[in-house]
Amino acid sequence: MLGVPMKVDVVVMPKQSVLDPQGVAVRNALKDLGLDSVESVRVGKFLELEFKTLPDEAKLQEVCRDLLSNPVIEEYTIRIA
Amino acid sequence: MKIAVVQFPGSNCDQDCLRALTDGLHLPAEYVWHKQTSLSGFDAVVLPGGFSYGDYLRCGAIARFSPIMRAVVRSAKEGMPVIGLCNGFQILCEAGLLPGALIRNQSLRFVCQSIWLRVETGDTPFTANLQGRRVLKMPIAHGEGSYFVDERSLETLESKNQVVFRYVDETGDVTAGSNPNGSIHNIAGICNEARNVLGMMPHPDRAWDRKLGSEDGKLIFGSLAETLEPVVSR
Amino acid sequence: MVTEITPDLIRTHGLTDQEYAQIKAILGREPNFTELGVFSVMWSEHCSYKNTRLELKKFPISGQKVLVKAGEENAGVIDVGDSWAVAFKMESHNHPSAIEPFQGAATGVGGIIRDIFTMGARPLFLLDSLRFGPIQGASPAAKNNRRLFSEVVAGISHYGNCIGIPTIGGEISFDESYEGNPLVNVFCLGILRHEQIARGAAKGVGNSVFYVGSETGRDGLAGAAFASRDLTEQSKQDRPAVQVGDPFKGKLLLEACLELLASGCVAGIQDMGAAGLTCSTCETASRGGTGVEIDLALVPQRETGMTPYEILLSESQERMLIIVERGGEATLKEIFDKWDLPYARVGEVTCDGMMRVLDHGCVKVEIPARKLANNAPVYEREALADPQAPEFRIEDLPAADSHESLIRLLAYPTIASKNWVYRQYDHTVRAGTVVPPGSDAAVFYVREADKFLAATTDCNSLYCKLNPREGARIAVAEAARNLICSGAKPLAVTDNLNFGNPYQPKIFWQLRESVEGLAEACLRFGVPVVGGNVSLYNQNPNSAIDPTPTVGMVGVIGEERWITRQYFCDQSDIIYLIGPVGHELGASQYLKIIHGRKEFLPPRLSYDLELGVQAVVLSLIQQGLVKSAHDCSEGGLGVALAECCISGPRRVGARVDFGNWPERLDQILFNESQSRVILSAPPEAKEALEAVCAAAEIQFGRMGQVGGSDLIVSARRETLLWDVDELYHAWYDSIERVMRS
Repeated sequence: MLGVPMKVDVVVMPKQSVLDPQGVAVRNALKDLGLDSVESVRVGKFLELEFKTLPDEAKLQEVCRDLLSNPVIEEYTIRIA
Repeated sequence: MKIAVVQFPGSNCDQDCLRALTDGLHLPAEYVWHKQTSLSGFDAVVLPGGFSYGDYLRCGAIARFSPIMRAVVRSAKEGMPVIGLCNGFQILCEAGLLPGALIRNQSLRFVCQSIWLRVETGDTPFTANLQGRRVLKMPIAHGEGSYFVDERSLETLESKNQVVFRYVDETGDVTAGSNPNGSIHNIAGICNEARNVLGMMPHPDRAWDRKLGSEDGKLIFGSLAETLEPVVSR
Repeated sequence: MVTEITPDLIRTHGLTDQEYAQIKAILGREPNFTELGVFSVMWSEHCSYKNTRLELKKFPISGQKVLVKAGEENAGVIDVGDSWAVAFKMESHNHPSAIEPFQGAATGVGGIIRDIFTMGARPLFLLDSLRFGPIQGASPAAKNNRRLFSEVVAGISHYGNCIGIPTIGGEISFDESYEGNPLVNVFCLGILRHEQIARGAAKGVGNSVFYVGSETGRDGLAGAAFASRDLTEQSKQDRPAVQVGDPFKGKLLLEACLELLASGCVAGIQDMGAAGLTCSTCETASRGGTGVEIDLALVPQRETGMTPYEILLSESQERMLIIVERGGEATLKEIFDKWDLPYARVGEVTCDGMMRVLDHGCVKVEIPARKLANNAPVYEREALADPQAPEFRIEDLPAADSHESLIRLLAYPTIASKNWVYRQYDHTVRAGTVVPPGSDAAVFYVREADKFLAATTDCNSLYCKLNPREGARIAVAEAARNLICSGAKPLAVTDNLNFGNPYQPKIFWQLRESVEGLAEACLRFGVPVVGGNVSLYNQNPNSAIDPTPTVGMVGVIGEERWITRQYFCDQSDIIYLIGPVGHELGASQYLKIIHGRKEFLPPRLSYDLELGVQAVVLSLIQQGLVKSAHDCSEGGLGVALAECCISGPRRVGARVDFGNWPERLDQILFNESQSRVILSAPPEAKEALEAVCAAAEIQFGRMGQVGGSDLIVSARRETLLWDVDELYHAWYDSIERVMRS
């Protein structure tokens, strides 16, 4: 175990009910390029975190909520690899 | 002679560019809508600044697939002078007409200020009148203007004299302090190997009237016009 | 499912029993749930001005040059000569910015821009008046204030830069009273020809009503009602109410609407801002003296399953309502197809005066439009005067080191250079910015009209806190003085009244005093109020903000050579003070920052003196006798002199001597008496300049000379010396230093 970094992936996405202008622009561009059947695109962020030891779950949730995402318009999911 | 100013959705310097050409230099110029597919009848093309497609995904990434861009690429390969300013530079890089990419400013913030830039080569249609490493003053305004290119391409750019403008201080020296965005080698503008495609982050379209604090932008458009004129009158 | 209208439901919609009774009287029946929502937003303070309407009537709104008066339309319009006119307005987005600073500020910018192009004007530039809690220090409050500050600036930069309208000026200040309740007041000005004025009226029975722009989602649900309540912990739960701005769509909508307006087929046009589709349908019908009938099933929607209530109250951004003349439908379609923007014919203009909303053909709302838009209740709130602040006495103030005080004042974020902010704003797009941010007033060249415009925003909330009437008068005087110093003649005013909860008698008193002060001063300076905005309920859990009646003022500079900057230019130029040396230290930044005292009566304004000083300064500028002109405001003569030395492209020193002036040096340097301007003039202009001042019987004095690399100030036996480079770095880098901490 020692020396192997623990990986935590965080995906931050705009909330379903919040307008995602970037996603709309990308969707339209995809349609223009011939990908006719595309229904919707949402653009988010993917963060790869490496830890020496597994972080405290509550602390991880806290930083995801307060720093990595903006809870007003975004939601996040955490995946511990 | 006639110069095209391409309008992408989200271009916001299209009107400034047209005015710089028509009011500032009395050159014939017209808008070309991004959905058009031909540049016939034009002798040069300007891709103006702005936020084409909102700069969503990456600056210039969506605009480069606009119908007009096929004509721009074709014309560029045939030798037509193409100048991309700010967002136009970003589009030219995305379209592969120029090497490298414009990435987020080192400060991570948008930067709008007046800068000095040195003309590194007079061997382009845009700088033919600007021999002797002249120092020009004009504004910049961008969030993603830090020029980046891999080391090998950088060597090529430098050795083939494709760096057209560099950020300098008022006396013309390349310094860290005069680099507003973290561009590699203080690069503010480059041309392609054939030297007919220029991309630059600074705005000559905002420096063509004494009232605006600088008229240096006229020198670039003026060089272009004088290069074109003999071709057209031939 | 039918939602029953219970007393609880009425209360959560912010309506009183009396108001509900009035609604029933208008309808002749009980409203349904959707109608209750419609009344709730239309009768919120934000849309109806129910608590302030009687006060706002006190403003002088007429004038020879006023083409569209305040309150008539989305923005006032004023003549600038040669058949050209400007439309301008200031509006707040305080509450959304407190909850989500980036999007709150961004959508504020988007909203004010739509207000301007709705009038048929091409937006030319933006100004912002921003206020935050203190940003220095390591406390959690300071950290939060820094976050709010940097996010608001980023939001303004995001929207303004992308849409391509330069942000060329404004003001920013910091004070404890704005902790948790920042103020974001955004100003936009546009240019149009007289014949291009567009109206927000549903004219022509049978004309088509189009919805254009972004699809409707659930965002910003009932934002207008949200802006009409105190900010509490509960507000954080309201977070989904925050709208997201899309400046790219905003740009397309701007260009498409201007193109459509130029085609001549628009009968009426209205922005969907606060209260969205509800407000735009009932207001256009009310102004047109007509009715409007729309079917919500035809409205472009981003989300599924939205109820009529949600669609009507949504505040999704970048949407407009357009009424086209018969036969104009094809033109609209062609233009909006070209710009790839959604549009839909959602209904038509009717003759029965009703706002009728259908959903798949079933009537959901049926309300007399004029009564809904205009018959909101009007209240005269109770006012209770604050006890008068005491007069300042210099004897009670221990002397502080004036050398160090000047450096500390220059470094204080309210006074320090705002370059950290305006470098993030694109202030050069549209190639018209002649005097960039950082001067008394911004100057913009309107190329299409060949006119030079100057614009500024001003308000000293510390003065307003300690004497709201005097503070409001001074806000107008200072704005006018700033314009005069740039070479402009003041033309008109827009105001943004930011106050706490009007149900508190002391707050209402502040509001009334401020309005009366503004009204009186506008009358004296001959500048009509052409529009504005009221933002109430600006409180955090502890207290209300200091009263902040922000003034935005626009002027015209008749000739290019009159454009004047604030900084000293050349060695050996003579420095003049026009107006008194002054002595008033009450409510000054010196007392607040150096002595920690936010108290005493603010300086008093004398209209005669102020008008005299302004007339002389403008006349000297027009006669070409002046090289620079700078108004003395926060931080007094000391700060103003330092700014003259350090705010230009070349720093330069100055030597100033107050001779045997009897006051204490700190009082001379830092008092904030009004009606003072520092000029510099070439030595050869000396006689002519002094003759003009003497003939006008205006107090003036030769203070010293420009030159060297130090600012040297002497009075009686004392001499102080500052290296201008030291002053510059204290002032220029201060905010950057604070933000990096």
